Amino acid sequence: MFKTPDGKEIFVLDGHTHFWDGSPENQANVHGKQFIDCFYAYHTNLSPEDQLWEKARFEKYSEDDIYRDLFVDGPDDMAIIQSTYLNDFYKNGFSSIERSSSMAQRHPERFIVNGSFDPRDGEKALEYIHYMKENFDIKGVKMYTAEWSGDSKGWALNDPAAYKCFELCEKLGIKNIHVHKGPTIIPLSKDAFDVHDVDHAATDFQGLNWIIEHCGLPRLDDFCWIATQETNVYGGLAVAMPFIHSRPRYFGEVIAELLWWVGEDKLLFGSDYAIWTPQWLVEKFWDYQIPEDISAERGGVQLTDDVKEKILGLNAAKLYNIDVAAKKAELAGAPVQIAAE
Amino acid sequence: MLVANLKAELETDVWECLDAVTDPELDEPITDMGFVERIEVTDAKKVRVEFRLPTYWCSPNFAFLMAFGIRKEVTSIPWVVEAEVQLNDHCFGEKVNEGVNSGRAYHQIFAEYCDGARLDEVVDTFLAKAFDRRQETVLLGLQALGHDAEDIVSMSLGQLRRVVFSGEEELRQLPRYLDLLLSQGLASEPHDLAFPSWDGDEIAPHELRAHLAKLRSTRINMEFNGALCRGLAKTRYKEVEIGPDGPTLIDFIEGRVPSREKLAARG
Repeated sequence: MFKTPDGKEIFVLDGHTHFWDGSPENQANVHGKQFIDCFYAYHTNLSPEDQLWEKARFEKYSEDDIYRDLFVDGPDDMAIIQSTYLNDFYKNGFSSIERSSSMAQRHPERFIVNGSFDPRDGEKALEYIHYMKENFDIKGVKMYTAEWSGDSKGWALNDPAAYKCFELCEKLGIKNIHVHKGPTIIPLSKDAFDVHDVDHAATDFQGLNWIIEHCGLPRLDDFCWIATQETNVYGGLAVAMPFIHSRPRYFGEVIAELLWWVGEDKLLFGSDYAIWTPQWLVEKFWDYQIPEDISAERGGVQLTDDVKEKILGLNAAKLYNIDVAAKKAELAGAPVQIAAE
Repeated sequence: MLVANLKAELETDVWECLDAVTDPELDEPITDMGFVERIEVTDAKKVRVEFRLPTYWCSPNFAFLMAFGIRKEVTSIPWVVEAEVQLNDHCFGEKVNEGVNSGRAYHQIFAEYCDGARLDEVVDTFLAKAFDRRQETVLLGLQALGHDAEDIVSMSLGQLRRVVFSGEEELRQLPRYLDLLLSQGLASEPHDLAFPSWDGDEIAPHELRAHLAKLRSTRINMEFNGALCRGLAKTRYKEVEIGPDGPTLIDFIEGRVPSREKLAARG
């Protein structure tokens, strides 16, 4: 719960968080080391200085850490935990649904744990989707198109094998497809961050919601065009958020573009925890206004209190069928437990 | 001392020629972005350039393009007899290094990794973005000088060349804009229009506003990526160590050499 300076209580649903293990013990090779190192560079580069973590803690944080950072020190009411396997890089997966679900068991009212699958596994991917539905009753999945798998160095959302998986997701009611565009390496003749497969998949699967994490960065411009045309495409603000601190004017330009093209009903807050923590992001976001000249260039779009409330939680709540009033009441009856010091 | 001076001079030659190599995605020189890690000149004829990208996962095809761009620029310096390019700490680094130093043509190497396909389409896409970004800077500069839409869209190449800009960004981007305009054949004679679209179309006065909005989207995207890359590069370069022979020119340019005060404080 975020309390505004004038006392209003804002429901915060953090749309993009992880409970990962990137520790050296779990790394399978140099790629695993480089993957977490890259995350750490994002963390050290875009966090305020007083929010920096030690490397070891960043590589692997505890169940107590995530609970405290999100809900006790942080303003989140709920958080969506995304699964990312990277089985070619990590022995037990980078953030597996089993490990995340076991952590979430301690406070099930606060977590939504999403699954993940790799369409290149063919029939096994379909079996795995059934397994995740039956065992974890997932409502959404996280797709990482840049994941390596043997000789393959990436895949596209409109690959035939992927379509089979999405058909099954739709049938089972797994409606929210979060997509992260990392660099797809091969074939080298393509734009590594191309987002046009989103366009195809979203057109062909109207019954699914396509949440493009990081707003398609580094293809924000292409993403905006696509999101305008497709009613079921949403933008996740993870990675764009921390710019509010380091480059506030750019943040204004990016948000103005997104509000203009994508719209206030289709943007979702995400801290990208543990790369960043939600406390400072939400505080700064609530204080933020798009500079007048930037807003004027985009038809006067602005981050009003109502717009911020939608972005911080109401939009995501709709996608995950969460009755916000009921949830607020439920959480009021189970306040955050602060461990005895 | 004479030898040291000469060496520094040659390294400066190399450094300056690398300004012509840009990151295709950002349209910024790799020298400005801080990607060049080390330049080594031996016997006044051999050059070795090491570079590093902001992350291990940066687009390999662009890494290829930059590596070949470095080789092309360095070998065009008259005194250079031998050039070696090395990309450090990258997921595709070994293949890039093997390819760029093999002496074979870029297309030939590249085709091996994509079933014979060429990168032309992607290169063209990013060239279009670079063109839009450079053009926007010049257009906004003209607006700031009081030119109206009618004036701007009908301006000829000759007229544009006579405009006196004072803004730092306009001064930097104008020659880069003209370069692309000419090299792409979008204008050549003084009476040709100075501001066609990338597709070679004329822009009508009433379309200028919408045209500028499109250019702005491209620029915001590129600047966003640029800001991210600069930051990540800076973080990553903290790992770079000064070589056994002491700091080189690049170490000084990139601010990797601690100041005397800091050294003194460290004792």
